[in-house]
Amino acid sequence: MPRIEANGRTLEARRGETLLETLRRGGIRVPTLCHYEGLPPTGACRLCVVEVDGLPNLVPACSYPVVEGLKVHTHSARAVNARRTIVELLLSNHPDDCLYCARHGNCRLQDLSEELGVRARRLPGTRRHLPRDVSSPAIVRDPDKCVLCGRCVRACQEVQGVAAIDMTGRGSGARVDTAFGEGLNVSSCVNCGQCVMVCPTGALTERSHLDLVEGALRDPALTVVAQVAPAVSVSLAELFGEKPGRDVDGALYALLRRLGFSRVFDTAFAADLTIMEEASELVRRLRDGGPLPMFTSCSPGWVKFVETFYPERIAHLSTCKSPQQMLGAVIKAHFAARAGLEPERVFSVAIMPCTAKKFEAQREEMLEGKLADVDAVLTTRELADLVRRRGLRLGDLAPEPADMPFGRRSGAGKLFGASGGVMEAAIRTAHHLVTGGELADLKVEAVRGLEGVKEARVRLGDLELGVAVVSGLGNARRLLQEIDAGRRDLHFVEVMSCPGGCIGGGGQPIGADPAALGARLQALYRIDGAETVRTAHANPAVRQLYAEFLGEPLGPRSHELLHTHYDARTVLR
Amino acid sequence: MNGPVRSVAEILAAHPDRGREHLIPLLQEVQEAQGFVSREAVAELGAHLGLPSSRIYGVATFYNQFRFQPLGRYHVQVCRGTACHVKGSQGVFQAIKRYLQLEAGQTARDGLFSLEVVACLGACGLAPLICVNGEFHGGVDADSAVKILRRCRREAESA
Ligand code: SF4
Ligand code: SF4
Ligand code: SF4
Ligand code: FES
Repeated sequence: MPRIEANGRTLEARRGETLLETLRRGGIRVPTLCHYEGLPPTGACRLCVVEVDGLPNLVPACSYPVVEGLKVHTHSARAVNARRTIVELLLSNHPDDCLYCARHGNCRLQDLSEELGVRARRLPGTRRHLPRDVSSPAIVRDPDKCVLCGRCVRACQEVQGVAAIDMTGRGSGARVDTAFGEGLNVSSCVNCGQCVMVCPTGALTERSHLDLVEGALRDPALTVVAQVAPAVSVSLAELFGEKPGRDVDGALYALLRRLGFSRVFDTAFAADLTIMEEASELVRRLRDGGPLPMFTSCSPGWVKFVETFYPERIAHLSTCKSPQQMLGAVIKAHFAARAGLEPERVFSVAIMPCTAKKFEAQREEMLEGKLADVDAVLTTRELADLVRRRGLRLGDLAPEPADMPFGRRSGAGKLFGASGGVMEAAIRTAHHLVTGGELADLKVEAVRGLEGVKEARVRLGDLELGVAVVSGLGNARRLLQEIDAGRRDLHFVEVMSCPGGCIGGGGQPIGADPAALGARLQALYRIDGAETVRTAHANPAVRQLYAEFLGEPLGPRSHELLHTHYDARTVLR
Repeated sequence: MNGPVRSVAEILAAHPDRGREHLIPLLQEVQEAQGFVSREAVAELGAHLGLPSSRIYGVATFYNQFRFQPLGRYHVQVCRGTACHVKGSQGVFQAIKRYLQLEAGQTARDGLFSLEVVACLGACGLAPLICVNGEFHGGVDADSAVKILRRCRREAESA
């Protein structure tokens, strides 16, 4: 065990770790900007520089390997001055837009200038006035606020395997851009929002639908309804300063009613509906010989990924719409009629942990001469902003139930919020479809947890299925490469675009505690475990919808409302 | 140059090796053959080398030598070498940019002009120097440079 001395204290280092890791474990904070937990260091920003006795130059802690006997000064005058100069340089051409910025109050650059005591614009510089890229339905890029840390590029290339963006140009002309500087909407971007999650500043934000929703809520001619995705209730409280993992399900419905939504529905109900359709589709593909493996289709970033990079695999995607779009469709087609409302006057808002859902709601084949299934999508973050705009708080509200007919869910539907959840829910119901009975143990341990790749063999009566669950599109790409190389043992593959699934979605709280993902996951498992109805096919509200309106899974009405199709995309990849 | 333009496929066929260190030389060959690096060329290079287009564009923009638009009918090169700089090429460049409404590396929408800044045209004795379609014009100032371009425009319009 190497030992080092940091600021006069002795710290035990672990072999092979970086100085930054040792310092952090020892409780010494060195600020970082480009550092990306879990990826190799790039040393791009130099903000983490520290002074090491015997070395003439400051060294970046994030990439400096610890060795026995290092004597380190993290906050010597020299180190602090160097950091302050770096931040002052970043600020020199930065717009002073904090008051109008989506990241005001949650911005690394603000934190750093505070921490380093920057109180004046000392270095002259001119704002670049680069145009904002507002072409994407999901993501807005404001290059003037970019500090070139490169984290978005790494999220897009190394985590997601998409590589829609990269560093371009050099020197004062350097910027993050797409190939040929084209709009994100015509690039290979899949709208996952993982770049937004790692951006330290307001250079990357979601396309806000807040004004749209507020306008609808104020319009007396509209009936505004909301649906809330499974991951939102276990994440929202963090944005109001609470510890991760608290489920605020009931308070959330109460809150949405206070905000003026006429009806509040649970997207987990539609997750159950999705499972009825998707498990039936799986069983049909197993009987009719494919195409297998079937891929889930509820993560719109993944769907676009297949259309863009693996168009020859489109037939493997389940034809099921996602729960958001299914619920949107039955809200306008069924709920409106039941409630005596004109579908044109129903404004349907989805509250999602996701930026790609904004894109999905506007996909062409979801519109095709019809009414949109979903009119606006708010991320978890935007919902918190809306709540604050209205002067409301989460804490004070007594729980209320969601509205019928789409207010009842099974534990399985709630599991959709995490990687492996769709698989677990589908296995429970597919088993029932094949055998007529129920699984002895509903918990499918092998597909649980935060690992990016999980695989299992599952018995459904006399069938044995190979299943894989991946989250993070980089992992999905690797699995597709295996399948291309001839892998044949898989029947069903769940893919969530975001690492960990929707709980780690691009619309979730930014800068959350690294342990938050696990806490949200456990919260979902607890909810499922405590539910009396834990399978989609046992959900009485789902049964009723089939009996009253839809008929049978995969039947003509389902086909019309709940299924969709996909198209190859010709973009620069 | 005579004969048909060498296609990217032909260039790639001559370079079966797919190592990423070939990116820059390949970009140079493509530009030499086609005058610029097109979207299609980047897509083909990307497929050949296993690199995303954004990466190729990122690398290519790091070097000043690559253009991403076809050359204009009149390709204007402005020398920014030391000698030219000392003799006021900055003012010449600004005037040309203003007249053409173009930035370096761009081609006008009507395809008439394209503008490029070069590190040195190698004729320092003539500084400050511009070059239009390979023809050197030495000792220019802002006004005379713009006059040359006006003449090109008139010539194109009367043709
Ligand atoms: S990115 Fe940060 S520093 Fe820049 S304007 Fe926004 S809040 Fe202010
Ligand atoms: S949204 Fe996802 S795919 Fe698009 S640029 Fe960001 S990380 Fe890449
Ligand atoms: S857009 Fe954000 S994440 Fe990307 S380089 Fe700029 S500051 Fe960093
Ligand atoms: S955090 Fe170490 S160089 Fe950026």
